[in-house]
Amino acid sequence: MTDNSKSNLMHIGVLVVLFALFFILPVYHAGNMSRIMVLAVYAMGFNLLFGYTGLLSLGHAMFFAAGMYGFGLTTNLGGLPVPLAFGFGVICAGVLALVVGFLALRTIGVAFMIVTLMFAQTAYLVVLYFGTYTRGDEGFVIQQAQRSIAGIDLTSETGRYFTALLIFGICFLLIARLVQTPFGKTLVAIRENEERTRMLGYDSHRHKLKILVISGLFSGVAGATYALLFGYVGATFATVQYSIFPLVWVLLGGAGTTIGPLIGVFFMFYLINISSGFTDAYMLVVGVVLVLLTLFAPHGLAGLLRKKVLTWLP
Amino acid sequence: MDFGPHLMLASLEGAVISAILVLTAMGLSIVFGVMRVVNVAHGEFYMLGAVLTWFITSIVGGHPAIGFVAAIVVAPLLVGCLAAGADRLILKRVNYDPDRTIVATIGMLYIIQQTTLMSLGPDARPVEAPFNTRLSLPWFEWGENGFAMIWPWGLSTTSYKLFVIAAAAMVLVALWLVLTRTKVGLLMRATQQDSETAQAFGVPVGKVYSWVFGLGAGLAALGAVLVVPIQQAHYLMGHDPLLLAFIVVIIGGLGSLPGTVIAAILIGMSDGIISVFFSPTLAKIIATFLVAMVLVFRPQGLLGKIAR
Repeated sequence: MTDNSKSNLMHIGVLVVLFALFFILPVYHAGNMSRIMVLAVYAMGFNLLFGYTGLLSLGHAMFFAAGMYGFGLTTNLGGLPVPLAFGFGVICAGVLALVVGFLALRTIGVAFMIVTLMFAQTAYLVVLYFGTYTRGDEGFVIQQAQRSIAGIDLTSETGRYFTALLIFGICFLLIARLVQTPFGKTLVAIRENEERTRMLGYDSHRHKLKILVISGLFSGVAGATYALLFGYVGATFATVQYSIFPLVWVLLGGAGTTIGPLIGVFFMFYLINISSGFTDAYMLVVGVVLVLLTLFAPHGLAGLLRKKVLTWLP
Repeated sequence: MDFGPHLMLASLEGAVISAILVLTAMGLSIVFGVMRVVNVAHGEFYMLGAVLTWFITSIVGGHPAIGFVAAIVVAPLLVGCLAAGADRLILKRVNYDPDRTIVATIGMLYIIQQTTLMSLGPDARPVEAPFNTRLSLPWFEWGENGFAMIWPWGLSTTSYKLFVIAAAAMVLVALWLVLTRTKVGLLMRATQQDSETAQAFGVPVGKVYSWVFGLGAGLAALGAVLVVPIQQAHYLMGHDPLLLAFIVVIIGGLGSLPGTVIAAILIGMSDGIISVFFSPTLAKIIATFLVAMVLVFRPQGLLGKIAR
């Protein structure tokens, strides 16, 4: 079997397993899984930029929040039907990514991280400033009646799980395809050596801007889906913490792999879930994991797998 | 109050903010300048300094000044040692690789913050100032009776706030003397210019790195010791100083110490003045956005050189 068909098989396999899990898992864990899948979409979007292109953004929460608020505010205040509002949220994230990318990509390295961090902080403060509409930290709830598409109730466990799976599946396959295209390969080339890529005649700035917008779009999809499925929109999702989370997930799972983000979110979610049973200071776990990862496994779990067993892992 | 006295009050507040900020940002700037490490955990060293001050003053008892003096010596030392240890244990092992040190310091941030939460709890802890005399300030005005000195109601400051400004200035001068006049400073500057060549000339670069990381953290802690009688010690208090210090270091020019001082004064003063006259959230929005824009169009900062 060629590496390509192996990887195709793996992607389909992951989706089949996720499909089957719903019928095996108890309700509580199925609920967790739908949350994990939505967050994995966010992580995958981040991974495109960080793992594949080598651009570390510390402000991705603004795209997640743009999707979330773009969707939440238009359904709640604007009364738009769900699909339209969803599309609006995603477009918001894309436009924001375009503007941020246009400005922030003038910088590189540390400056890029800090510029994105600052933009995200501005976005967070803007959310707080318009507290009359956004309700600030407290956030707002999207009514159950507004959370259904074509008669399917998205508040039921089944509806929620399969919507999450559908959206995750589409994004998962899209990204798996994207990184195999010449465009995706060029991104990896930029990560490895930007100077040389440019010398070979690729417009690296254009590629970086494109992937930032694509990454922002995926983050926006995740944000809007989160609001749609769990019915809550709040400023917490725009904080620095939510910009750090995708970094942790991707690093834990394995940067620059298609499956890594899902693995990372899964492990981190249950790690926090279990540890918060013991203590309020569950973020301690995040810290310890980050330090241990940088020391011992800089390529994450999927990176380890790829090195040891599955050399074909995309 | 009229506009004039109001402005004076605002600038005094701004000066206090600048004084604290200059110490915190200086620590960050030295660490970046010498080690090329972006220390995201810097704010947590600041927080530790404040929390330790509360801890020390509450053990020592007696007149608040005794505890405060003990804290001003012990807290920065302890924090500095802790940071030097973290440098040896973690940063050294990842070879100061830029991306990995950022991730590692983000990890340290959460470890320090959450450990404090576990041991101290989520409450804010007040610390009594060693002295806190209220000083009224005069205002000069061209009134009906010609030039007159008036004492507007509300225009006052405390002796402690003036002490903070003086103390910060003294620390800065001391730091400057150490950097330019002593052997330790020479070693640090040699490492900053070219660590490989310095190593070849027998500079113990590894040790210098640990010292510098400790010194940076110690400066943050010192700033926190000074601020804690004005604010309160809390496990989340490191967040804002970190952002502000970052802003200052970047605006000043990464690694440029004079730039850091100028930017700290600029930002501290404008922060104090803007938040007196405008809504604090709006002021923060404008400030953060402007900083991002400065960085976009002048990535090397005000006094920085373009270094790749």
